[in-house]
Amino acid sequence: MIEVDNIHKSFDDAHILKGVTTTFDTGKTNLIIGQSGSGKTVFLKCLLGLFKPTEGTICYDGKRYSELTAAEQRDLRQEMGMVFQGSALFDGKTVEGNVMFPLEMFTKQSKSEMQDRVDMVLKRVNLVDANHKFPSEISGGMQKRVAIARAIVMNPKYLFCDEPNSGLDPRTAIVIDNLIKEITEEYEITTVINTHDMNSVMEIGEKILFLKDGLKEWEGTKHEIFKTDNKAVTDFVYSSELFKKVRQMYIEERN
Amino acid sequence: MKYLTDIGGYAIMVVDLFKKPTKWRIMKDLILKEIDELIFGSLGIVVFISFFIGAVVSIQTAMNLTSDLIPKNLIGFATRQSIILEFAPTFCSVIMAGKVGSFITSSIGTMRVTEQIDALEVMGVNALNYLVFPKIIAMMLYPFIIAVAMYVGIFGGWFAGVFGGFITSADFVEGVTLDFIPFHITYSFIKTFVFAFLLATIPSYHGFYMKGGALEVGKASTTSFVWTSVVIIITNYILTQLLLT
Ligand SMILES: Nc1ncnc2c1ncn2[C@@H]1O[C@H](COP(=O)(O)OP(=O)(O)O)[C@@H](O)[C@H]1O
Ligand SMILES: [Mg+2]
Repeated sequence: MIEVDNIHKSFDDAHILKGVTTTFDTGKTNLIIGQSGSGKTVFLKCLLGLFKPTEGTICYDGKRYSELTAAEQRDLRQEMGMVFQGSALFDGKTVEGNVMFPLEMFTKQSKSEMQDRVDMVLKRVNLVDANHKFPSEISGGMQKRVAIARAIVMNPKYLFCDEPNSGLDPRTAIVIDNLIKEITEEYEITTVINTHDMNSVMEIGEKILFLKDGLKEWEGTKHEIFKTDNKAVTDFVYSSELFKKVRQMYIEERN
Repeated sequence: MKYLTDIGGYAIMVVDLFKKPTKWRIMKDLILKEIDELIFGSLGIVVFISFFIGAVVSIQTAMNLTSDLIPKNLIGFATRQSIILEFAPTFCSVIMAGKVGSFITSSIGTMRVTEQIDALEVMGVNALNYLVFPKIIAMMLYPFIIAVAMYVGIFGGWFAGVFGGFITSADFVEGVTLDFIPFHITYSFIKTFVFAFLLATIPSYHGFYMKGGALEVGKASTTSFVWTSVVIIITNYILTQLLLT
């Protein structure tokens, strides 16, 4: 469980996060939605410890980040996995090399132990026969799978995904979303996903945090999001014709 | 103001890149890869350039020798002096600022804009140590390139002098060995070591701290080339003042 208490983040004179408070539960896919530029990535990078919040605290299963020693922070970091927006695979390394990298850096496992672990996670993300390919030689969907495999290879307690299905076709996007949800449940991970994709919300949104201009505008479940009267949320959710129809159906059902 | 921030940022980078070192087992491979790319990958261009520079220096000296009172072996002497003191260490380093420098800036810059550096940092890797340290170590072999450049440059001078009919081979060789001061070699290699460090770190700084996208990577490479050359030229002046006078 991650507890976020009133975090602010400024860059020079740009005040990006203006006091966000929320909690993310273990074993759940927690979504952060909002328009581009609303501060989702900055928020996620604060959760990751890549950015230091200007104000406020973040607790990871009771451990307050700012009160940990440098060594404890490093240990905590190793319990986090991250899937970046553009996958951020190391282009000089093969698929296998990418997934093996954290093991090589931080464990004392033997070559064969590492190989077994890599094969296992690659199989878990349904990626076979690509071990020796380079990132530039595989499709965007496959790159995302590799990024997920790399993020979970160290058995993380926390998984963060920045727009995991941006740039993917709708079908692949749903497959990737579901893969993340399954892994979250299977390994009891606290997962936080940034997205602006309503399909993801429908598909895997167990808890949803709506960010607007660096503030928490709304919070709830995917069932509640279709019923809320919050103007900012409805504008966002019903920006597509499809969802306008869905809302129409909801309303007709209710009457 | 911006320059001061940059100088401070650069100094902090140089300190930080020695912190939290990467495991030797991994670092070893990184260093070997950088040696292959930065050192062996640059030999060709350096050999090519020094040969022709040596040749041109030799011809120009010959063309300026109009008086019969000046011995012909001056051609060999002048070629040696200018190649060893200046053309091999400094001229080649400016070329390298273009070749190696922009390669370093664009490769690290690309890693920055595609969030690969963030990925390293999230895992708890000191990205500066991982990316920049092996380049510095590899560049410690840079004097080897410059030694090759010296030989090839003098050979180029001999080639142009002899085959252009300006001087006999014996006179040229006599000139090359005339009044040889070993400290000049030392001076050259001190410069080379300093340039090697600058060539590895200044472009890294420009790549590592860049912001933006693919377009900015291109801009960063250009800025990096300009700054690396400028710093090399200024350092050259300072070191020459300190060491030779
Ligand atoms: N490192 C940074 N320095 C300064 N401003 C930044 C930085 N990162 C993000 N921002 C600014 O923060 C705002 C929110 O960005 P971001 O979190 O990336 O939005 P989102 O991910 O929701 O699209 C943007 O206006 C962006 O320019
Ligand atoms: Mg974003």
